[in-house]
Amino acid sequence: MNVENYIYLATLLFALGTAGVLLRRNALVVFMSVELMLNAANLAFVAFAELHGQLDGQMASFFVMVVAAAEVVVGLAIIVTIYRTRRSTSVDEANLLKF
Amino acid sequence: MIPVPLVTAAEVTFWIAGPLAVLGALGLILFRRAVYSALSMVLTMICLAVLYGSLQATFLFAVQVIVYTGAIMMLFLFVMMMVGANSTESVVETIKGQRVLSILVAVGLFALLMFGIGGAIQGAAVGLNKANAGGNVQGLAALLFGKYVFVFELTSALLIVAAVGAMTLAHIGRVGRKPTQRELAEKRLSDYATKGDHPGSLPNSGVYAHTNAITAPALLPDGTISEASVSQTLVERGAIVDAPALAAQTATAFKAIEAVRDEEDE
Amino acid sequence: MTLLETSVRLLPAVGMFTWAWTMIAVPLAVAAFLLLAGKVADRWGHFVAVGAVVYSFSIAACLFAEMVGMAPDHRAVDAPLYTWFKVGVWEFPVGFQIDQLSILFALLITGVGSLIHVYSIGYMAHDERRRRFFAYLNLFVAAMLTLVLADNYLLLFVGWEGVGLASYLLIGFWQHKPSAAAAGNKAFIMNRVGDLGMIFAIGSFLAQVGTVRFDAVNSMIGAVDSGWATAIGLFLLLAACGKSAQFPLQGWLLDAMEGPTPVSALIHAATMVTAGVYLIVRSHAVYEHTPFASMAVVIIGTVTLLLGAWIGSSKDDIKKVLAGSTMSQIGYMILAAGIGGPALALAIFHLLTHGFFKANMFLGAGSVMHAMDDDVNMRHYGALRKELPITHATFLMGYMAIIGVPGWAGYFSKDLIIDAAVEFRWFIGALAIAGAGITAFYMTRLMFMTWWGKARWRPGVHPHESPKVMTWPLVILAFFSVVGGMLMFWWIQTWLQPLLGYHETMPFEPFTSLPGWATLAVVVLGVVLGWYTFGRPEVTIPIEAPKANAFVTMGRNDAYADAIMDVAVVQPYAALGRGIVGADAHLVDAGFMGMGTLLQGVSESLRKLQTGYVRTYALTMTAGVLLVGLVMILSRMG
Repeated sequence: MNVENYIYLATLLFALGTAGVLLRRNALVVFMSVELMLNAANLAFVAFAELHGQLDGQMASFFVMVVAAAEVVVGLAIIVTIYRTRRSTSVDEANLLKF
Repeated sequence: MIPVPLVTAAEVTFWIAGPLAVLGALGLILFRRAVYSALSMVLTMICLAVLYGSLQATFLFAVQVIVYTGAIMMLFLFVMMMVGANSTESVVETIKGQRVLSILVAVGLFALLMFGIGGAIQGAAVGLNKANAGGNVQGLAALLFGKYVFVFELTSALLIVAAVGAMTLAHIGRVGRKPTQRELAEKRLSDYATKGDHPGSLPNSGVYAHTNAITAPALLPDGTISEASVSQTLVERGAIVDAPALAAQTATAFKAIEAVRDEEDE
Repeated sequence: MTLLETSVRLLPAVGMFTWAWTMIAVPLAVAAFLLLAGKVADRWGHFVAVGAVVYSFSIAACLFAEMVGMAPDHRAVDAPLYTWFKVGVWEFPVGFQIDQLSILFALLITGVGSLIHVYSIGYMAHDERRRRFFAYLNLFVAAMLTLVLADNYLLLFVGWEGVGLASYLLIGFWQHKPSAAAAGNKAFIMNRVGDLGMIFAIGSFLAQVGTVRFDAVNSMIGAVDSGWATAIGLFLLLAACGKSAQFPLQGWLLDAMEGPTPVSALIHAATMVTAGVYLIVRSHAVYEHTPFASMAVVIIGTVTLLLGAWIGSSKDDIKKVLAGSTMSQIGYMILAAGIGGPALALAIFHLLTHGFFKANMFLGAGSVMHAMDDDVNMRHYGALRKELPITHATFLMGYMAIIGVPGWAGYFSKDLIIDAAVEFRWFIGALAIAGAGITAFYMTRLMFMTWWGKARWRPGVHPHESPKVMTWPLVILAFFSVVGGMLMFWWIQTWLQPLLGYHETMPFEPFTSLPGWATLAVVVLGVVLGWYTFGRPEVTIPIEAPKANAFVTMGRNDAYADAIMDVAVVQPYAALGRGIVGADAHLVDAGFMGMGTLLQGVSESLRKLQTGYVRTYALTMTAGVLLVGLVMILSRMG
């Protein structure tokens, strides 16, 4: 089995995740797209572990999952808080960054 | 005679799970409803779990299913229910040029990564047979509690901080004193006196032979429906059943009963 | 006029001399006390001030007495206090040089100063800011003593600036009068021009000699290139011109008469304006090496003595006549200082006698103003002799002293200077003699217009004699106006000889030399001319100044010095200032403002990029990542 295929797949998923972040307005979907990008990175890690014959890649992937779990918890709490005050989850409406 | 190509199980798995994962990802970014996106995401994640399995990462296969698909995606769905599961996103792009540029950038990034990372791979894969000789989980455990033990400990701190942070963010502090029952009663009566608010409990939803769902409003003596008997949320969603519909159901039922009685009479 | 010795050996101070610094410290401390004390000291503060000056005078007198008892070569004493600061190889000490020259000055400053302080008690009795006035006077005394007692040019410069400050504060003391405020500014600013010369001179000393101490400069100036010596001489002359109101920086002195009269007497007649003479005499070693600069000093002195006499002849304001006279007399001193040799001692001699009789006459003028409701126009005076008998008598003594009646103080000092001038160049001497004649003329005019003739008082004015606290200082000063010359003429040249280093002294031979007779004749001519013009019984002096010929008009307008200054200096300077402001506004500011506008415009257009949409930022960021990745890959390939 050619490891390159897995890498290409990971790359494709990463690009799709990027597109999701850039295109979607629902904060939850944007957030899921970010998760997709993380997953794509994980896939690449695992594929490289296969390529190099070492388990360190899988280890890194595992840590990414842990960090992602923590990140999701905090991120979702933020989304809930924003929804509570602004009654919306659209990232376009949270344009308070504007001068 | 066409030679049968030599394929391995891993290859077969890849060519099935890979396109499905891509489909899921496309669904994630294309479905207008967030729930569908989430379900597409679940599909992708399961496919990825399968791919991990084919890459001899059995432990990660399990963790992917349990942590990602089981915990994280469920959390997403919970939140989605809180903030409106059915809400759909408008197709109209509000930011000028955002869509075209986003697609361009995504494609460019894809090409860049393909070229950059793909070009970095040289030679055949070593394979994990040797590393997994003592079992994948055992091998990972040796790394986790050996080489990466400090990182592992740090992770625990990270998780605790995240848990506390989430609680702090989601917590609504009580600003004032909790009102006593007496104060609540007094307020209710004063509201009735000044604003005319109904002081008692709201009427129940209607109970009919055909239905007693909360979407069915109670009927007033004059035959109209009581708006107060149904949750306002349901009214906004349009889930409420109006009086003619209720009457129609009853009429249908009576008609059916009368038909049966007529048959019996005959 | 060859040198006896170029350097004067300074002995370390012992005994009394180590306390010389308290002469300065006490008035300075009292000045600070009076300024800070507030209203509490209003009733008795002036007595403290008088006490401080009297204290300084008693110290000076003790030092003088001690000095007289010492051998001539051991009289110059140095009392170092501490090192002020060090810069590289240069060290600036604070120390006092008490020698034959500075002690005479100290006596004059504190002696005349004490009398004027006492006089001011009466003169300023009704001024509500009297305490402040006395504080300034004490500040002046402290600064002036610093000036004359300093043992180096830098400390001298501290005193030099200090007296300038005190002069400014006192000229503008009645600051509610715009003319007084303007006069203060004028004095201060014109003095800055002179200070520039002083600073240049100090810098040149440091560069060429490497020190600013008088003794070191005097002994080492011989080794300095003659061009530099000339330059230093001219710098010092510029400084002296500024402080002593010599041509062409004379303009401020006439306006300085806006100050209270005791100030005019102390600062603008007796002491501060003579600081330039002191400076030139103190720097005599420099001038001995540069005939050119010496000649410049002589010429400036001669021009000023005639110019001052001319202005004095044409003014109606009694104080301005006296101010012109002061300029003229200082011109004599500068002339003598420029001639050098034993004439240096004559400059100091005339300075001392002038200090007495001019202070006397200024205070007398103050007494008259006191009687005439602060009117200074002599055309409103006349026949005051009977009303103010004491002031008249003392003023008469001053008059006889200044015109040089044989036996009176001015006779000795001025005739000696004229002798020296004739000996130096006959035409300089002739001009000095002519100046003496004009002096006699305008002083006679003043006497007739003020004291004698018919009364031309304005209605409602009732002249009266001043209180005793004002007349006693007049009497004492009048006494010295009479005997000052006789007291000093026979010893002052030998007294200063070891310090100033000349071989022979000038003999005093008034009734045997031609210049002596010529001077007397010219003075008599001036007096007669004055009597003929203003004193004859049939002459009536108009109350309004009549139209006069061009010569008098020019004198009345201070020889158009202000107009000339305005055209020659002020206007070009103002134009330069306007040009710089214009350049600043149109070039520099335009550059800066243009840059600001440009930045603002760019920012305005860049601001549109800040949509506030998170996705735009995410897009930009991703594009950036893409770009960086591309660059990295391309560079790797290259």
